[in-house]
Amino acid sequence: MPKVTVDGIEVEVPAGATVMQACEAAGKEIPRFCYHERLSIAGNCRMCLVQVSPGPPKPQASCALPASEGQTILTDSPMVKKAREGVMEFLLINHPLDCPICDQGGECDLQDQAMAYGRGGSRFDENKRAVTEKNMGPLIKTVMTRCIHCTRCVRFTEEVAGTNEIGALYRGENMQITSFLEQAVSSELSGNVIDLCPVGALTSKPTAFHYRPWELKRNDGIDVMDAVGASITVHSRTAEVIRVTPRLNDDVNEEWVADTGRFAVDGLKERRLDRPWVRVNGELKPASWGQAFEAVKKALAGVDAGEVAALAGDLAAVEDLVAAKDLLTGLGVTRLESRTDGAAYEGPAAHWRFNTGIAALETADLILLVGCDPKLDAPLVNSRILKAVRRKGAQVFRIGAGTEPAYPITDLGNDLALLAKLPADLAEKLAKAERPALLIGSRNASAEVLAAAHALAGQFVKDGWNGFNILHTAAARVGALTTGWVGEGLDALAHNPPKLLFLLGVDEVALAPFGGATKIYIGSHGDRGAAVADIILPGAAWAEKPGTWVNMEGRVQRSLRATFPPGEAREDWTIFRALADVLGIKLGYDNLDQLRARMAAEWPELGREGLTPAAWEAAKLKAGKPAGPSKPRATDFYSSNPILRASPTMRACVAEILEGRVPQLEAAE
Amino acid sequence: MSDFTDFKWSDANAVEAERIIGRYPKGRENSAIMPLLWLAQYQVAAQTGVAWLPLPVIEFVAAQIGMPKIRALEVATFYTMYNLKPVGRFHVQVCGTTPCMLRGSDDVLRACADKGLKKGEVTNDGLFTLTEVECLGACANAPMVQVNDDNYEDLTYETMTAILDDLIAGRTPKAGSQIGRTASCPEGGPTSLKEIA
Repeated sequence: MPKVTVDGIEVEVPAGATVMQACEAAGKEIPRFCYHERLSIAGNCRMCLVQVSPGPPKPQASCALPASEGQTILTDSPMVKKAREGVMEFLLINHPLDCPICDQGGECDLQDQAMAYGRGGSRFDENKRAVTEKNMGPLIKTVMTRCIHCTRCVRFTEEVAGTNEIGALYRGENMQITSFLEQAVSSELSGNVIDLCPVGALTSKPTAFHYRPWELKRNDGIDVMDAVGASITVHSRTAEVIRVTPRLNDDVNEEWVADTGRFAVDGLKERRLDRPWVRVNGELKPASWGQAFEAVKKALAGVDAGEVAALAGDLAAVEDLVAAKDLLTGLGVTRLESRTDGAAYEGPAAHWRFNTGIAALETADLILLVGCDPKLDAPLVNSRILKAVRRKGAQVFRIGAGTEPAYPITDLGNDLALLAKLPADLAEKLAKAERPALLIGSRNASAEVLAAAHALAGQFVKDGWNGFNILHTAAARVGALTTGWVGEGLDALAHNPPKLLFLLGVDEVALAPFGGATKIYIGSHGDRGAAVADIILPGAAWAEKPGTWVNMEGRVQRSLRATFPPGEAREDWTIFRALADVLGIKLGYDNLDQLRARMAAEWPELGREGLTPAAWEAAKLKAGKPAGPSKPRATDFYSSNPILRASPTMRACVAEILEGRVPQLEAAE
Repeated sequence: MSDFTDFKWSDANAVEAERIIGRYPKGRENSAIMPLLWLAQYQVAAQTGVAWLPLPVIEFVAAQIGMPKIRALEVATFYTMYNLKPVGRFHVQVCGTTPCMLRGSDDVLRACADKGLKKGEVTNDGLFTLTEVECLGACANAPMVQVNDDNYEDLTYETMTAILDDLIAGRTPKAGSQIGRTASCPEGGPTSLKEIA
């Protein structure tokens, strides 16, 4: 624990800390561009120079210098001031003065630090260098003349995304940041380089020239495009969500967010259900809320409660699920189901959660993937696995098919039977492993797979370590399971189809077996579910309602409303509340607070944000042996829910990144 | 072979490549990138007469040692010893750094210009590419040029012209000092320790 003195303030820092960290511990701000606490240290921007003694009599880059006992550090001396001014002048030599037309303007590190540490003028009167724009795909816009070569983007794609797609070619003044052959950057986390870029070299292509950061209203939200539940900030202007940026949350997403969560917000404006619809003589006709509710009442009048069922979709908030459940329970309906991908998990919470925890996964020493593809199912979990592999030397094994991940993997074969009879090599390593983790893809969590997994659970669940995980893909799933949306299973439901079916934003299920049922669709987008529905009640999308989502770990997280639903669409839980009045049922709550109080009363863990760990219960499930290939993902990464399918940006990603079609260039305005 | 997508090591080079990779510890095979690219450039020269590294060749080398393509390209673009564009059969690298400049590298460049060599360009007959480079570490024998693998030192306008004429005529000029020095021994023989020398 070295003790150092920073500007006369004595601080003690952990062994191995850098001088920069020591300065921060003393409350001093050190300007920097290349240094980023989640990336490796490059030390190439030289902005963090400080004066250190003992040591050479010249300014030192504090980000790369270890703090050692008895150092005296000056961050405010004339030498430091002069050094910073010099570095800033050099950085600005080749940086264009195009701040007024730069999208980074207003949130630019270079702009801010030039104001704070620059000398206010340049003595450079040569020509500035210019660099051609580089194509990095449909998400990242490049203006490479602005680049200051901090290499944060290069280090991000290597260390966090693991795809090694961006590099720095040539050297010295000719150095250029580019992707190989200017191919589109294909990483699922590529958008994060936009946040990392301290200048305006990498900016968001879909929102280029759309906004200034100070015009935007910021709301805390939760990303529901996958089941990781990344913390995000939703930036909106008037009635429109403009962009999403990640919010710091070390337990879940660190400071990253997947491209689906970041760029799919333009899907909130497309294909929206903005008024109720009722099918009359086989054709959907616009209706008023009153007419739609009457149609629901009429449809319910003719059927027994036992012939009514409800399916929970992938994006529903817990509030919506609880209100719907209360309404349906009031009608005597018990056939509620959320496991729309055919999964069979049920019972205690530990049997269907990601028990290890997303952050703790990076301490695992052996990871067995069963029927899941973390790179696409949950890119942020994949980046934790990458960390486990790179930092802890974890070994990764896979049963089932999947994409090429960013780390070495031992493919055992695409036969789920292997889970019941592990290869000897793996069994031996598993016996030796201290922190082994088993990741079962939700879509492959059939009764047989789960039975085999539970038989192995003794090896994955130890004192202080629970390695039994279900890797969910649906943001609503764990919340739905928590609130009891567990019924007979999708297959059983299809074999004994109900006459009336409530669909809470269900678009990922083959609805053909329910062809005979009257379908009431409550959701936000005109997608597969709405296309076959008989009554459509327009709901709010995730950004348009305050909602609770429970991520795959079981972490309860609240999201705030950023905008309002379009047209006559309403927050989903209020639809059920209004419907309850029409049907003569008393739900017992009239506002969100009362609804949340009712949730907390039955499920205390939903009463506050955070994670309530679930106790492990060993179980012996009765089922046959798993066999056959694993079920692949139903869609590509950019198309797994109605918002993504409606998003023009995500369509561009499919065309350019997945199908390799070159975009049509638009004529200049 | 025209687009190099089917580039493969020749039999001898395949052995050599394995030997190079074997020099580094397991898991550190990426360290072999520079000698392998160098070897590949020689092989391209042997096969086509032009020493350069087409992109597919860089990809081939990267794949052999499990290195991401972009990392290999970073190395290849960083060092000037790798030619990313085809050069002439003789790559004439004239040192223009201070010691050579003071000793007359301008005359050497003039000799090249008079033979029709232009900086950064391949001559029309495909014979020469002229590059002005920074110090090649033979300052004691300045001015100097490097043509492919050989150094030519202690040059003047006339000796440089003669060297180029030899190359054009298909002869092999004498490498090293053009005034008869051995390596960087003093001009005209030893000046001290004469009895030992």
